[in-house]
Amino acid sequence: MAEIIIKAEDICFSYESDHPTDKFPVLDHLNLEIEKGSFVAVLGYNGSGKSTLAKLLNLILTPTSGNLYLFGKKFDEETITEDEFFALRQRIGMVFQNPDNQLVATIVEEDVAFGPENLGIPPAEIRRRVDEALEIVGMKEFARHSPHQLSGGQKQRIAIAGIIALRPDVIIFDESTAMLDPRGRNDVLATIEKLNREFGTTILHITHYMEEAIRADRVIVVDGGKVTLDGTPREVFSQVRTVKAAGLDVPQVTELMLEINDDGFELPKDVLSYEEGAQAIADYIRKKKAGKNT
Amino acid sequence: MLKDITLGQYFPGNSLLHKLDPRLKLLLAVFYIVLIFLAKSAPAYILIFLFTVLIIAVSRISFGVVLRSLKPLIFVLIFTTLINVFWSNGTTVLWQLGPFAVTEEGIIRAVTMALRIVLLMASTSVILMYTTSPIALTDGIERLLSPLAKIKIPVHTFAMMMTMALRFIPTLLEETQKIINAQKARGADFDSGNVIDKAKALIPVLIPLLISQFRRAEELATAMECRCYRGGGNRTRMTVLRFALRDLFVALVVIALLAGIILLNIYFPPLLA
Amino acid sequence: MNAAELRGVSYVYSEHTPFCKVAVDHIDITFEEKIITGIIGHTGSGKSTVSQLLNGLLKPSEGIVEVDGKNIWEEPKKIKNVRFSVGLVFQYPEYQLFEETCYKDIAFGPKNMGLDEKEIDERVREAAEMVGLSEELFEKSPFDLSGGQKRRVAIAGIMAMRPKILILDEPAAGLDPRGRDEILSKISEYRKKTDSTVIMISHSMEDMAVYCDKILVMSNSKPYMYGTPSEVFGRAADLEAVGLTVPQVTKMMISLAEQGFDVRTDVYTVAQAKKEIERLLKQT
Repeated sequence: MAEIIIKAEDICFSYESDHPTDKFPVLDHLNLEIEKGSFVAVLGYNGSGKSTLAKLLNLILTPTSGNLYLFGKKFDEETITEDEFFALRQRIGMVFQNPDNQLVATIVEEDVAFGPENLGIPPAEIRRRVDEALEIVGMKEFARHSPHQLSGGQKQRIAIAGIIALRPDVIIFDESTAMLDPRGRNDVLATIEKLNREFGTTILHITHYMEEAIRADRVIVVDGGKVTLDGTPREVFSQVRTVKAAGLDVPQVTELMLEINDDGFELPKDVLSYEEGAQAIADYIRKKKAGKNT
Repeated sequence: MLKDITLGQYFPGNSLLHKLDPRLKLLLAVFYIVLIFLAKSAPAYILIFLFTVLIIAVSRISFGVVLRSLKPLIFVLIFTTLINVFWSNGTTVLWQLGPFAVTEEGIIRAVTMALRIVLLMASTSVILMYTTSPIALTDGIERLLSPLAKIKIPVHTFAMMMTMALRFIPTLLEETQKIINAQKARGADFDSGNVIDKAKALIPVLIPLLISQFRRAEELATAMECRCYRGGGNRTRMTVLRFALRDLFVALVVIALLAGIILLNIYFPPLLA
Repeated sequence: MNAAELRGVSYVYSEHTPFCKVAVDHIDITFEEKIITGIIGHTGSGKSTVSQLLNGLLKPSEGIVEVDGKNIWEEPKKIKNVRFSVGLVFQYPEYQLFEETCYKDIAFGPKNMGLDEKEIDERVREAAEMVGLSEELFEKSPFDLSGGQKRRVAIAGIMAMRPKILILDEPAAGLDPRGRDEILSKISEYRKKTDSTVIMISHSMEDMAVYCDKILVMSNSKPYMYGTPSEVFGRAADLEAVGLTVPQVTKMMISLAEQGFDVRTDVYTVAQAKKEIERLLKQT
């Protein structure tokens, strides 16, 4: 088993509020372990607590109770030094939802350099990292452009490059695809997959798009501040009713298979793609025909 | 579309002027103003005039553009010229009408003053605006002023603020246009009525804009923190500004110009005593 | 009768400048009345331009825009009235909210129409009900609401103008599946209750399949396809040629048909597919 780099133990969190009635817990005794090098999708409706979870893991928020272990060390807000804190920030990168609100410079490559500059890295090394990061996200030709000339998907890839240049172990994507059009979403997702597969970056992708979650190694469904389902996409989505009860979508084909099953036809329920669905139906018919002929 | 506006007045290019170190350009601009006011004799004026023409030629910015940049100055020019022509003291009276005397000195003063204003405007806009990108300018200012950080003046913070302002002006304009359209679709009227009506009509635009800017500020701050921003202290920069040979060359040329003007002032009589 | 028509319409952004860009290019589109028409296409295909041409926010560079059989630019001074009869809900409309209370914000449009108090009150309540906004929220600040509720207030603000045509640009953008289903079914109910015309721009083929009566596919500044969902999705290869996809069950049916099974390929919802597959299974 791979090394556990993030571990949340019995985490609770409620937002500070002036109205005592608003003080409901956003996260409710949540437990979670993330393995090094994995690609995990965190799925949940708006308000399920999934974004709060992301902000806790990136140390933007501190849990009300419970323990957080990052890279094998318990995180303690009281005793951590500023340098240790920023070292953790560097290792856990975060890409946000609105692509416009994370780019700070007027030129793409200057923006990508922002993070490494903050770390106090020598200029030649920053140059190398910036070029490499832009290459990975496929935006090298836009290095001298200004961010406002780019599409949403392109801006988001620049934001990713800005995080890659920090050389983090983990990148958390906090609904980074929600504001993009299908093309932009696909480009960003392809970049995420590349980071995970080719560079071994651990990915936590927070989303409410089922189509995106399917592309992960592991899907976690958060509902009411708790993890309610956890497994491979196949395991999770075959629980059609639980997933739907959490206000989420399942692939049409998976739902179709379940409904046909309910009507007495024995077809596999853990089907995700249309090819698998067609195959399962074709196999079923061929087997039945073969049975009839003998 | 609002999106396409060019920020500031920067004309991208590859001329010697474009390539100069922004720090040098800032110093040059100040130095050049001094030179313009140093000129006293007629040949000195001609020299600085020709040199300014040379700067424009080297920058490859069209003269038309430079002339157009002088347009807002027309009133200032007319005003100073009139004042100098009619109200300056002089002994050689050319023409007299009641209390108004037009003197030779007055005319000379008017012409030299106008020339100085024109040269000042043309040279600084070519050196600093047209050939220097806003980001290079901010960068130059920050680095020139960086010694002030030692006496606790937050130079980096100001530079960061300027950069971000430049970054978000196009976004802000785009957003404004979107909100204006959305309110127009709800029947908002921005064109008719008196001044007060028009000001009132802006409320449905300003409030959403303000709210979105607050949200932006908050999200940006979080995003910057997540990228390990902790202020100017231990930061390094990707681009290192290095004094190149061409910077030295330009600096020497301008020093030669200074010597030239001083010599011309010594060997030729000043236009005005 | 047709609700609206574009005849030979072109629109060029930033005309006569180096940035000029053709958004729609000599297009002829007819919008049928009393149905939901979906417009789908990639960013930059011209679909948002069409919506702004229809309510007179953009003036065509060429051609005629007709609403209710009347050229909307016949009297340019009265263009404001066109905006009341063709209501346009922009993308992320919650960013346009500005009043102190939800009630006042919904009333902004009707107020601009110059209606009297009583009429405004009636319309605000009606619109709020259409989007499922309870009266307890009327006196609340719109900025205290959740994202989904804010969106409803914004949509109600347009509905309260009682437009003959309601255009919505990506009404479900950024919402989670539950929020999306709620908003889209409210829009569908609104159409039935008011017997008006709805035009909806979307990126999601699945949403179009469920909620639209007719689908207009735009590509490269021109209309590319028009028809009922089954007509449009029945031409999967043509859609894929312009980079659009068909619903997953449609893909599965096509795959089965290619393997020689006798199934229809113009199905696009789970219920339709279920019927068709079970028919096939029972046959054998």
